[in-house]
Amino acid sequence: MKTITLQVNGVRHDIAVDDPDMPLLYALRDDLGLNNPRFGCGLGQCGACTVHVDGVPVRSCSLPVSAVGEGKITTLHGLGSREQPHPLQSAWIEEQVNQCGYCINGWLMEGAALLARNPKPTESEARAAFADLICRCGTHNAAVRAVLRASKQA
Amino acid sequence: MHNPQLDRRAFLSSTGALVIGLATPSAWAQKAKPSPNSPNNPDLLADSLDAYLAIDKDGKVDVFYGAIDGGQGLEISIAQMVAEELDVPLSAIHIVLGDTRRTVNMGGASGAQGVSRRGTSLMKAAAQARQILLAEASKTFAVPVSELDVKDGVISPRNDPARRISYAQIIGGKPFRSDVRWNGQWGNPHDIATDAPLKSYKDYRVIGQSPRRIDLPKKVFGEQDFPGDVRLPGMLHARMVRPPVAGAAPVSVDESSIRDIPGARIVHIKDFLAVVAPKEWDAVRALRAVKVTWSESKPEFPTHREVHQHIRKAKVTQRTIERENGNLDEGLTKAVRVISGEYEYPTHSHASMGPGCAVADVTADGATIYTSTQKPHYAADGIADLIGIARDKVHVIWMFGTGSYGRNDQGDATADAAVLSKALGKPVRVQWMREESLGWDPKGTASVNFCKAGIDEKGGVIAYELISRGFSRENVATNEGRAAATLAGQLLGAKPEPKNSFNIPFASYTFPHNRVGWETVAPLMDRASPLRSTHLRDPYGPPILFGSESFMDEIAAAVQMDPVEFRMRYLKHPRDIDAVRIAAEKAGWQKRVSPRKDIDATQDVVEGRGIAYRRHFDTFIAVVAEVRVNRKTGVIEPTRLVCAHDVGLIVNPETLRHVIERQLVYGTGRTTVEELTWNRDMVTSLDWSSYPVLHMEHVPPRIDIHLIERPEAPPSGAAEMALGLVPAAMGNAVFDATGVRLRKVPFTPASVKEALRA
Repeated sequence: MKTITLQVNGVRHDIAVDDPDMPLLYALRDDLGLNNPRFGCGLGQCGACTVHVDGVPVRSCSLPVSAVGEGKITTLHGLGSREQPHPLQSAWIEEQVNQCGYCINGWLMEGAALLARNPKPTESEARAAFADLICRCGTHNAAVRAVLRASKQA
Repeated sequence: MHNPQLDRRAFLSSTGALVIGLATPSAWAQKAKPSPNSPNNPDLLADSLDAYLAIDKDGKVDVFYGAIDGGQGLEISIAQMVAEELDVPLSAIHIVLGDTRRTVNMGGASGAQGVSRRGTSLMKAAAQARQILLAEASKTFAVPVSELDVKDGVISPRNDPARRISYAQIIGGKPFRSDVRWNGQWGNPHDIATDAPLKSYKDYRVIGQSPRRIDLPKKVFGEQDFPGDVRLPGMLHARMVRPPVAGAAPVSVDESSIRDIPGARIVHIKDFLAVVAPKEWDAVRALRAVKVTWSESKPEFPTHREVHQHIRKAKVTQRTIERENGNLDEGLTKAVRVISGEYEYPTHSHASMGPGCAVADVTADGATIYTSTQKPHYAADGIADLIGIARDKVHVIWMFGTGSYGRNDQGDATADAAVLSKALGKPVRVQWMREESLGWDPKGTASVNFCKAGIDEKGGVIAYELISRGFSRENVATNEGRAAATLAGQLLGAKPEPKNSFNIPFASYTFPHNRVGWETVAPLMDRASPLRSTHLRDPYGPPILFGSESFMDEIAAAVQMDPVEFRMRYLKHPRDIDAVRIAAEKAGWQKRVSPRKDIDATQDVVEGRGIAYRRHFDTFIAVVAEVRVNRKTGVIEPTRLVCAHDVGLIVNPETLRHVIERQLVYGTGRTTVEELTWNRDMVTSLDWSSYPVLHMEHVPPRIDIHLIERPEAPPSGAAEMALGLVPAAMGNAVFDATGVRLRKVPFTPASVKEALRA
């Protein structure tokens, strides 16, 4: 057993880890009880488990927990709140993007990272940022509209 | 909703002895016997108004919606319908979804009937509740009902509006104890009738508006728990161990193979095999480490490449002609020309975004189940059967979850969890893996459509035949209502109970001699099968409409007519005609005989447009697809989809638009990329690259939706009907652009290139 410290949404957590190869997703969900990142494939193919590590979207199902180091982890819950929503969360509600919402972590976390590095993306830049995400409900165009709406408000 | 200016007499009345509705409490108590649906809650009777709504002391209205939302935002539409008839603020409404102790079995997320059937039932309940409340206020105020006004759940005499009584004051927290006329049916056919008149659509104030969805903020702020987020004290994590070859059973399990994993255990009951551990990652490690000796199995499946030939050659187990008029043979004999075409549709996985996941807590007192299966009441029936406990001891709590879009793997995972929790005496969370979800979920069947048309000397269609053949849509039932309908049940020895069913979508084309029907062939395996077929979203849509609506185009080309003009010739109903006309108009349809003749033969990239039309229930839809085809690479880009959509009364236009747009995207994926693959032994498309689904680069960037207003017509369904048109509309557009008819979905670059070369 090894103790690993994770910094999640501004809070430090110590967890006892038996297998350093355990993906971060399981530490967040199982050890810390944070439900936002979801298991979709465990293969890094869909994005449902996406969190930010130091502002960069990471597929937590494929990142060993021991590799996070001092990285600051942000989950969807840490992105914004009802009181202080991230502009993309507000736009997401304005555009009524989601259907089931199972994929939402990937889209919001990728979209927020795009806006952080490029506050005024074009439509094709927004599409490119979402290129590797899966949504089985077909919310793709709505997600692009939400990014463009959020960028106008920035 | 408490009003400080409340009428004193009203207050006394509302707190005094109150007899409301059509039956006295004592008579009602005699009648109250447990219904099969709610054996542990005698108040939850399907013929009682209280089964459908309740008003609490604060005026909050609980609406008991005995089905679920598959992610399309039904809550808001149902809330609007109830608020409209009850005359309460929308914000007072709270929808209770799919909890088997609080709702009666009104079906599931099936048939896109959430608004049309279940919402309408609840409107009737709301109208009756309002009538009872008005009658009570009439007594209180000694004023006839006709002279009362009601606004936002507060009733006043019209000529003395200062006197007020709220619904909460009249009934708050108490049952109505009033009857409704239940039709005696459970599930999708469930319905009720009441004597309370419904409002005219002309008086609607809430219906027809677009208030926002209730569920989205919770999802957007990461507050919405799904079944996989339930954590119970002492809960174990489980992974199912599936055989590498379909039909193989675990003969022996090497317990030492997982010895080093903390707390990991094997659960092996007959052919049912799982690993469990206190920590989730350890359950995953145990799944990877466990060594199993499997029995030999040689399923000898025809592969996905051979499956259509198999369907053509296999013995037909049932043939049903759904519609027939005239005499087809006579019509074909009279024809001066007969054309025929065959169209193949592939096998699809539900491929849900989240693999099956559920939590079960089975104790001596009963079972509590957390699931997002699309038919929770049936799941409760099935679990009672599966683990051998009384139905009244099973409480299924439905939760929002991954979009199911049919009978996906959620219900099977739920059954697994129940078996494991019973075996271990602890709460168990089962999470299916990605490869398991694609490999072992119930599938949408492959099919072949056989189409034939007889043309007379004037170019008119005098004879028409469509026969669609495939595996039954009920190799395994469309719900988990029996042990035999679950993988767990089958692995524990229940014999599968395949039924022959297929069905055909409605069509409004009229021909003098016409025969439309279906044929099924036997399942590929007689035990727990990764290829068992069942309902997948729009079960009768894309597989058959790809054939029938492509063939309409084929006939149009054969008789040298524009595809829109040709369809119009055989449509009679004004709503059919409007859907096709409006889709064409809004798309800027250029009238021409396909294929277009104005393209340079040396051009690699060519563009075309196609149309497809359907009626399903009382929903009338036409979709125009515009595509760009690269003749060199075989890549098809849908550049625009235009949809004209007539659903009758529109409850929430924005939500409706969203549902249509999203399903057209989904339908594009099922047209251009999705196909389940398998070899002789087992499914081989087990991740998101071998089972490709639509990614952003292939999404139609423009989707224009035109809602046709028919407030006078009852609301029909909308959640799946448009997607079925995408394959034919796109295939017809490819024909327009290239002159090549696509006869096989999916339209992958390889298959398009092959068609172009042929």
